[in-house]
Amino acid sequence: MIARMPWQSLTALLLAAIALFGLPIVASDASAVSATTLVIFALVLAGAAAPALRLSAVAEAALLFVAAHGAAWLLLAGVAGHEGDAGFAFFALVAACWLIAWRLVSVLSAMTPRSRQAGAALRLLVPAIFGAWLLILWEAITRGAGIPFILLPPPSAIGLRFANSLPILAADVNQTIFKSVVAGYAIGCGAGFAVAILADRFLFLRRGLMPIGNMVSALPIIGVAPIMVMWFGFDWHSKAAVVAIMTFFPMLVNTVAGLSASGAMERDLMRTYAAGYTQTLVKLRLPAAAPFIFNALKINSTLALIGAIVAEFFGTPVVGMGFRISTEVGRMNVDMVWAEIAAAALAGSIFYGVLALIERAVTFWHPSVRGG
Amino acid sequence: MTALRNTIPVLTILLAIVIGWYALTYVMNAPFQRDLDRRGGVTSTAGEFFVKTMTQPKPTLPAPHQVAQNFFENTFLRKVTSNRSLVYHAWVTLSATLLGFAFGTALGIAIAVGIVHVRTLDRSLMPWIITSQTIPILALAPMIIVVLAAIGIVGLIPKALISTYLSFFPVAVGMVKGLRSPELTHLDLMHTYHASPAQVFWKLRVPASVPFLFTSMKVAVAASLVGAIVGELPTGAVAGIGAKLLTGAYYSQTIDMFSALVAGSVVAILLVSLVGLAGRIVERSMGARPA
Repeated sequence: MIARMPWQSLTALLLAAIALFGLPIVASDASAVSATTLVIFALVLAGAAAPALRLSAVAEAALLFVAAHGAAWLLLAGVAGHEGDAGFAFFALVAACWLIAWRLVSVLSAMTPRSRQAGAALRLLVPAIFGAWLLILWEAITRGAGIPFILLPPPSAIGLRFANSLPILAADVNQTIFKSVVAGYAIGCGAGFAVAILADRFLFLRRGLMPIGNMVSALPIIGVAPIMVMWFGFDWHSKAAVVAIMTFFPMLVNTVAGLSASGAMERDLMRTYAAGYTQTLVKLRLPAAAPFIFNALKINSTLALIGAIVAEFFGTPVVGMGFRISTEVGRMNVDMVWAEIAAAALAGSIFYGVLALIERAVTFWHPSVRGG
Repeated sequence: MTALRNTIPVLTILLAIVIGWYALTYVMNAPFQRDLDRRGGVTSTAGEFFVKTMTQPKPTLPAPHQVAQNFFENTFLRKVTSNRSLVYHAWVTLSATLLGFAFGTALGIAIAVGIVHVRTLDRSLMPWIITSQTIPILALAPMIIVVLAAIGIVGLIPKALISTYLSFFPVAVGMVKGLRSPELTHLDLMHTYHASPAQVFWKLRVPASVPFLFTSMKVAVAASLVGAIVGELPTGAVAGIGAKLLTGAYYSQTIDMFSALVAGSVVAILLVSLVGLAGRIVERSMGARPA
């Protein structure tokens, strides 16, 4: 019986037993055993014992989910207001909850749902639980151990700061993304694409540009940021210039690679249709190059954000994400910095996600999209 | 003959870049020089004027030969311990890069091994690793530096941490691909030999992943260098290539900035070539035939 229990559940039981000797959960709390403590122990025990009940996978997952997250929620609520006072039992119980969540993720990963929708939901749920637990552990450790706010603020404080400073964040996003990044990204990718078409037309240019382009991709191009700031001033133009330079070469190299992706057979077919250079390019070779071009666009979306933010470290008007990060770090407003980074992460993910959606719509014929 | 056929176009393009650079130098430095001449009441011929735009002490765009001269002086003619020596600054950046690269590669390999062997990790961690790269993480650099400095950790480690973050991703993704690259027939063969999972790992998966490892390490080492350079910006320009760029920006010493940029590029090319060379040596010693 015991031998067939998963090790996560056994360890969780062990930790709960250890926690009994480390009570109370919050050291400054006078009443050693309150109703909340009992509920937490009951939830942890239920979660740890769940595999022994031989439930169906779905029921077991539901029980584990409620147990792990309910107990974690109560623990975090209990420690609020007593930062740094958490006893030994707190950490043992958080660890037990984490192990139960691990067991939950293993159960979910092992499921093989029949319908496609359920499979997709599962593929989202598993990483979502993992991400949520990163935040829970972060919150529990920073609050429980009373880590100085300056060193690492708990995620709840960052979230609060984020919600309270939406206008500032919106202004920064507008300056950095909608002015610098969008302009630079359009110029850089557009120029890279145009030069790639030229390089494809003239073999000599291709032979000369490709080795240089490949080499440049290894260089720390971000170093041109201070020079661009000197040339184009503090406003968004200099950031757009940095972004344009950074995005040019990945686009060039990938597009040239993509243009040679169409097979000899397909090109021969185009020739039998008496298609000219332009027709072959537009109807065969550019669509065939689309996966490569989108790859470059995706790589560039991250590069563009990095370029714009780092260029702002060298001088900006008093708005912008890079400006906010560097000044708030100087004033030790760490929660504002984290809120700004959260905004940057959100913007980066949305940018990437939009590109991925467009890619699916444009390259619907590609095997990786069809799922064949 | 084929070498010639490949180098001539590259040399031509490089020559065109240098000529274009000189033309741009003239165009960008001319307004300031004209202003200078007008105030000084100097009239110069077109030839003299052209020479003047190429020899300004703080030009808007330095001419290639000015950068080359500055680079040569600061690399070969100074003591390597001197604060003005590019070798010294490059070494500071290089040490952080290498430390971060070593951490990042180790972390990336560890994560890849975990992902390949533990299904839970594959389903839960892999999406986050990919998402983590859509985040402009370099934005974290000033905070890591300043916060770690607040608790007394300064110098190499904070910069190396940034490099670690930037370099673990390519290695992790490349290694996952590499460790999964053995075909089903190969795995079946190991099965018929009654190989244990550890034997399958060491004798099949690891050798199969080596080419993938070195390809991704080339990307990682370049990313690691970028991390180290950006990590040097918020430290108040103490030492390193990033610091050199920042002081150049403060005092508008464009020639210094360009030669720092050249130094960074040289380091990048050296690192990538060294990793490539190491990869070729390892693959040859493992019995790979040159393609």
